[in-house]
Amino acid sequence: MERPAWAPQGIDLSVPSVSRIYDYYLGGSHNFEVDREAARQAMEIFPGLPKIMQANRAFMRRAVRYAVDQGITQFLDIGSGIPTFGNVHEVAQAASPGARVLYVDSDPVAVAHSRAVLEGNPTARIAAADLRTPKDILTSPEATELLDFDRPVALLLVAVLHFLADEDDPAAAVAELRDALAPGSLLVLTHASTEGGPISPEQGGGVQGVYRKASSPLIMRTRAEVAAFFEGFELIEPGLVPMPDWHPDTPAGHEEDPAAFVGFAGVGLKA
Amino acid sequence: MTSQPAGTGDSGLHLAGGTGQDATGDTALDARADGLRRFATIWSRAIYPATATSMTRAEFEEYLLPLARGLDEALRATPFDPRPAFEVGSALVAAHCTDPEVLPSILRVVDAYLVLYCPPEDLPADESRSRCARLQHAIAAGFARALVERTRYEQEAISRAAISARAEAETALQASEARFRAVFEGAAVGIGIADLDGRILELNGALTQMFGGEHHVRNRNVSDFVHPDDGADVWGLYGELVRGERDDYRITKPYYRPDGTALWTNLSVSLLRDSSGVPQYQLALMEDITEARLLTERLRHEATHDTLTGLPNRALFFERLEQALSPGTGTERLGLCYLDLDGFKAVNDSLGHAVGDRLLVAVAERLQACVTAPDQLVARIGGDEFAALIVDPATQGEVTDLADRILAALSTTVRLDGRELPVHGSIGIVEGPTGTRGAADVLRSADITMYRAKAAGGNRYEVADPDSDARAITRHGLTNRLPTALERGEFFIEYQPLIRLADGSVQGAEALVRWCHPLHGVLGPDQFIPLAESTGQIVPLGRWVLQESARQAREWQRRSADGLPVRVNVNLSPCQLYHPGLVDEVAAVLEETGLDPTALCLEVTESALIGADEDALKPLRRLVDLGVDIALDDFGTGYSNLSSLRWLPISNLKLDRAFTRGIRQHPADPVDLKIVEGIVSLAHTLGLTVTVEGVETRTQAEHLGLLGCDTAQGWYYARPGPPDHLHTLTLCDAMSA
Repeated sequence: MERPAWAPQGIDLSVPSVSRIYDYYLGGSHNFEVDREAARQAMEIFPGLPKIMQANRAFMRRAVRYAVDQGITQFLDIGSGIPTFGNVHEVAQAASPGARVLYVDSDPVAVAHSRAVLEGNPTARIAAADLRTPKDILTSPEATELLDFDRPVALLLVAVLHFLADEDDPAAAVAELRDALAPGSLLVLTHASTEGGPISPEQGGGVQGVYRKASSPLIMRTRAEVAAFFEGFELIEPGLVPMPDWHPDTPAGHEEDPAAFVGFAGVGLKA
Repeated sequence: MTSQPAGTGDSGLHLAGGTGQDATGDTALDARADGLRRFATIWSRAIYPATATSMTRAEFEEYLLPLARGLDEALRATPFDPRPAFEVGSALVAAHCTDPEVLPSILRVVDAYLVLYCPPEDLPADESRSRCARLQHAIAAGFARALVERTRYEQEAISRAAISARAEAETALQASEARFRAVFEGAAVGIGIADLDGRILELNGALTQMFGGEHHVRNRNVSDFVHPDDGADVWGLYGELVRGERDDYRITKPYYRPDGTALWTNLSVSLLRDSSGVPQYQLALMEDITEARLLTERLRHEATHDTLTGLPNRALFFERLEQALSPGTGTERLGLCYLDLDGFKAVNDSLGHAVGDRLLVAVAERLQACVTAPDQLVARIGGDEFAALIVDPATQGEVTDLADRILAALSTTVRLDGRELPVHGSIGIVEGPTGTRGAADVLRSADITMYRAKAAGGNRYEVADPDSDARAITRHGLTNRLPTALERGEFFIEYQPLIRLADGSVQGAEALVRWCHPLHGVLGPDQFIPLAESTGQIVPLGRWVLQESARQAREWQRRSADGLPVRVNVNLSPCQLYHPGLVDEVAAVLEETGLDPTALCLEVTESALIGADEDALKPLRRLVDLGVDIALDDFGTGYSNLSSLRWLPISNLKLDRAFTRGIRQHPADPVDLKIVEGIVSLAHTLGLTVTVEGVETRTQAEHLGLLGCDTAQGWYYARPGPPDHLHTLTLCDAMSA
């Protein structure tokens, strides 16, 4: 039976949380021993994991700045996790004071922490909702109050779609969100993959094994599968590429850790 | 950040771009700035890969530059104070150099390159080395302190977030609990939760109410609720569920109420598992369908039973018969007794329907008592017809035995209101293999056979045989043919003269309808008028008889030598009598034929007028107003109510032949003579004329004339015949013949 919307989500701190593992990779201490244990196991299989997360953060920062350059002042960051540093609202509001940022996460601890961090910021909010039910996101009071869907919005699905299994129908979720966006909106997306980068399928499988015991499983997808999420968007140059290759600040290949090239990143424009 | 050096603000040193400096100072400053830049570049290259910062390399280097400047100034400050280096350690942690592994890289670069690229001019080399070492200690201390602080802060933040999330979840859970509790308590369906051993743990109000109070359910085990009417699979399904082999089932199940009556429920049971899928509880949802079930049963009973006698009705009998006849049910033979009461119509007509109904009830009780086994069924097929069905009789004898029992059961009179009413019946028996016969076919055969029994005098049974079936004049055949028979001109009318006793002249005739059936030959009214009555065909048929008779009477008058009006008597059946178009039809016929209304007499039986109120008599009064005579037919056969003669709109009494039987021969029965004399006297007193039926002998004719009867009819004068024989009287004495 499906859980009614008003029934609370259980909080089980004995289960590793993907958002707190992510924080650990980024050198944060917003995590518990179970999270760190899971992260260490995964890093034993693929030591470059923290680099992937850093590359994600760096890509997101560049993409947010790109969006601001395009005149976008509204950001919807779904699967925002634990705010650490270089968060969307910091980057966006530094570049465009007053930029509106709505974070969305389904992890209640991440939501509670985000709420504490964002306290006193009138144009950045957190909504507790799940990417699998876009309607809940779009109709949340926070979204209604903060965002104007008649104007362009940058939709950030950074390192989150790979936590949705195929049976959750992530494509339908993305499509539903897309349909709510005004023309000129951007889709900013990264996704884990064993294709192209320096991670072997065996390593990928091992990491997936660790995540199976965490709050969400990790689904690797091929480049083509990731590209399919951009249906209805026009991929802007250079298209769907490894994260460091997307609008790099410094010339490509400059002393970048090879692990940063795992997975794909892209930005699409809704016509 | 680049506009002001980090660390000591009181050094008085300022960056390039200042005016009034000499060339040598500019050069020295340029060299120092260049050295700092080169140091920062090397430092950045060593630290950046180990940080988690999202700054670019260039941004990170820019971030390090003021930190390097702070170290440079601390190195050369007088007096020496390593504390600014402490802040440098903190600043590195703030830039997300949070991995302890990064500290050696930080210190190694300071150790190797700070003095090299930023040499303090006025210090001895070993003093510079010593200061550099102390700066490193301070960086390490500042780094460690900041890292500890940051870790503590973040741990506290995430713990606080977890606690607050938990509190929020708790509140939501309580609210959710409250909602569920409200749903549970307020639900109209009964809800119960039990553990897998069947111990009942939770019950809602609706459920306890269904069971008539909590103590009737609480502390009991689910397995206690066995009921004799449980479906065969109920407990099997239950076992599968509690063993975790099935997740749910839905059934209809009865329970006992405290008063012993059955509580019928639509029961839906689900297995509740914990989050890891281990079965924990069973959840039962039940809906009280007792009322609906009773209603359904009652409707079913009403649809399949006769309301008067409570016996199964025609529909149920047919259902059972068809069931027995349908192939594959294992039934090989069947026996059927089809019973029709003899003379029931007379009881109904003379004593009224209420008495008739009570008689039927009494008969039904006796018939029910004749049935001795569950595979025997007695039903009321309709009217005074009953049928008994025996599935798989052992012998034909079993069926005839049943028929004998039935006849025996009917052999004693039924006592109603102090009156002993004789009941007899005729039974048609069909017995044989189920074969390929249909239910309708079997019933038809039984019906035909029953009529054979009736034709043989009644109060007996006959067993069906195919030859008799084929010959039998069946009601079915007649009924089916009736509607078209009129169109095909199969009816004709015979006339029996009515003789004026005073002078022996022909006063008129009674019209008697005949059916010239293509198969069965000429049929008298007794054989088809009741059928026409029951199917409503009597209305068009009666209209035709009236038209034809009126036309004939007019014809006689035209040909009449003496010019005396010739009268015609036409029978009106009860159905015609209450037909709303009667008066208009009669008027129209008189109009069409030009017959004088006074030449028409409509005969109505005494029984048709029993219970008639003033409204029902209105059509007759209007006919009388037209000038038409009304005769009361068959007077004396029923329980004649003499007082009704006062107010019925009649002008003629037709005495039944029963009265005249005793005066057929010489000497006449004196009592019968007295009775007839009394009736004639009474009739004349009331202004009624008297007609006698069934006159067969000359003696009768003479007596009746002397007794003052006005008219007579019977074989003595003439049998019914074609219209042109009206005046051909035979005067054939039955006694002397």
